[in-house]
Amino acid sequence: MTKNIYIESYCTIKNKVVSLNGTPIFSDDTPEFSAFIKQAAKQLNTNYPKFFKMDNLSKLAFLTADILLKNANLSPTKEHNIALLLSNKASSLDTDRKHQNTIIDPDNYYPSPSLFVYTLPNICLGEISIKHKLLSENSFFIFERFNADHLHLNSSYLLNTNKAEKTLCGWVDFDGNNYDAFLYIVGKNGTINHNTEEITRLYNTP
Amino acid sequence: MSKVYLSHHNIVSALGFTAERVVLNIKNKVSGIFLIDDPAYLHIPFYGSVIPPNDLEAAFKPLETTKKYTKLEKMMLLSLQRTIEASNVSLDKNVGLIISSTKGNIDVLNNSSFPEDRAYLSTLGTEIKDYFGFKNEAIVLSNACVSGLLATAIAKRYIKEGVYNHVFIVGGDTVNPFVLSGFNSFQAMADSPCKPYDKNRTGVNLGEAAASVLVTSQREYLCPEAVEILGDGSCNDANHISGPSRTGEGLFRCVSAAIAEANIATQDIDFISAHGTATLFNDEMEAIAFNRLSLCTTPIHSLKGYFGHTLGASGLIETLVGMHSLHQNTLFKSLGYDTLGVSKSLNIIEKTISNTNTIFLKTASGFGGSNTAVLFKKAQTEKLTND
Repeated sequence: MTKNIYIESYCTIKNKVVSLNGTPIFSDDTPEFSAFIKQAAKQLNTNYPKFFKMDNLSKLAFLTADILLKNANLSPTKEHNIALLLSNKASSLDTDRKHQNTIIDPDNYYPSPSLFVYTLPNICLGEISIKHKLLSENSFFIFERFNADHLHLNSSYLLNTNKAEKTLCGWVDFDGNNYDAFLYIVGKNGTINHNTEEITRLYNTP
Repeated sequence: MSKVYLSHHNIVSALGFTAERVVLNIKNKVSGIFLIDDPAYLHIPFYGSVIPPNDLEAAFKPLETTKKYTKLEKMMLLSLQRTIEASNVSLDKNVGLIISSTKGNIDVLNNSSFPEDRAYLSTLGTEIKDYFGFKNEAIVLSNACVSGLLATAIAKRYIKEGVYNHVFIVGGDTVNPFVLSGFNSFQAMADSPCKPYDKNRTGVNLGEAAASVLVTSQREYLCPEAVEILGDGSCNDANHISGPSRTGEGLFRCVSAAIAEANIATQDIDFISAHGTATLFNDEMEAIAFNRLSLCTTPIHSLKGYFGHTLGASGLIETLVGMHSLHQNTLFKSLGYDTLGVSKSLNIIEKTISNTNTIFLKTASGFGGSNTAVLFKKAQTEKLTND
């Protein structure tokens, strides 16, 4: 039996703009990602000192998820089984290249655990889970390009089998100076139908 | 609802290039872990499990094409080729491909003979897909050390939701300067072959391996060692990005979820193939979680003493060895273990012995706070094997 499930909300961070449900909530013309995301986190009241220690991919995923989860009217006294299902193309390569630079020269060899830990794409899922106390399923997938079919199938399965009450899923890619985040929450209380056409349409909305 | 099985499979590791060979070595308590003193890997000597390059080249020879492949790709192609061939499945549009790897071809960042593009996991997926002519894009799962086990749960979804009839999974990671330098910076590496759950343990050994399996719901494609996926669960600790929960909460919850889906009692579990990396924090966390689950008397082992921690391959390889454990009605020794070194009691398998096994629990935990548990039951294939 397929239940009625909907896309409850969505958030994007791309082209120097943060949007929630299609409405811009922050923009800044700073070309540098690090300055842009720092400013966005400040303006959007992230209030999370650990944010500034994260790598670029985690900052991007964390802020997008944080905006959605804060906006989701979740009861703070209840636990929420919200599965996290993220995907991208470049995995953690941005940080991988940085770690590689610490080991390339035997005379200047300085690998660090605090950098190395971010050489896994799913670390950003851990960061989101810690902040929002989500003891739920986490998975990170890599595709050549945005794959609505995969996200749709997994969300449908998790909700239809009651393995999760909601899913928070989408695409967070950080590579070089390019970044692209589109996350959305799937659950029982929305107006946008949960199907691959709608997921693709929202992803492609500028 | 139809049952989902793991069937034909292969392991390419330091202990051999077939599952039978690897399992025979495990039965004989042979380890693939040796001291490696080679600055091309790491500036200091370390214990690890690597595949001899010449053996891999020789085995890969019949698979060679005009294209050049990385070591990891050769391992994965060799493993998957043998599994596809054994399975007799034709690769039509109803067949999916899942690839599980933490770091893929990360060493090309350090190796100019391949373009940097090869470091992308999606490119690895495309290389594997194109080699065999899969009709669907590879689904690459990169979720730290739970990847190989979580891949079996993801494959099950694709079959249950009716998207694919069969899914092939191939998992793999290599031992390379990138991961060695990182684990070494964490001071997580052992100064001897690893000793999971032992009081004298000093940390992990890294290992390299590829493993592959056919996941299917069609009984005519089952091999003698086939198992049914009874239930699965995944749960984040929501505690720390590089250290496990002190209460084992994520592991506790994901095992509970797998047991609930399987609709079995904890007493029905004949043995546990645990993660057992041989770090203080991991082993202790598992001991606490298994005690909370009333599984402290269930026979348990870690296979890390045989081929080290093979990262994105580990959960899958250890599952495949578990299939042989069920089929042979044998419990394999937890190699490296002598004296209990965790604060809670565990029934560590100290000797390889005969034991009637029907169901086993496989667990994995990893960086990012991830935990996954899957329950597997021997498929009733006696009729097939007698045919």
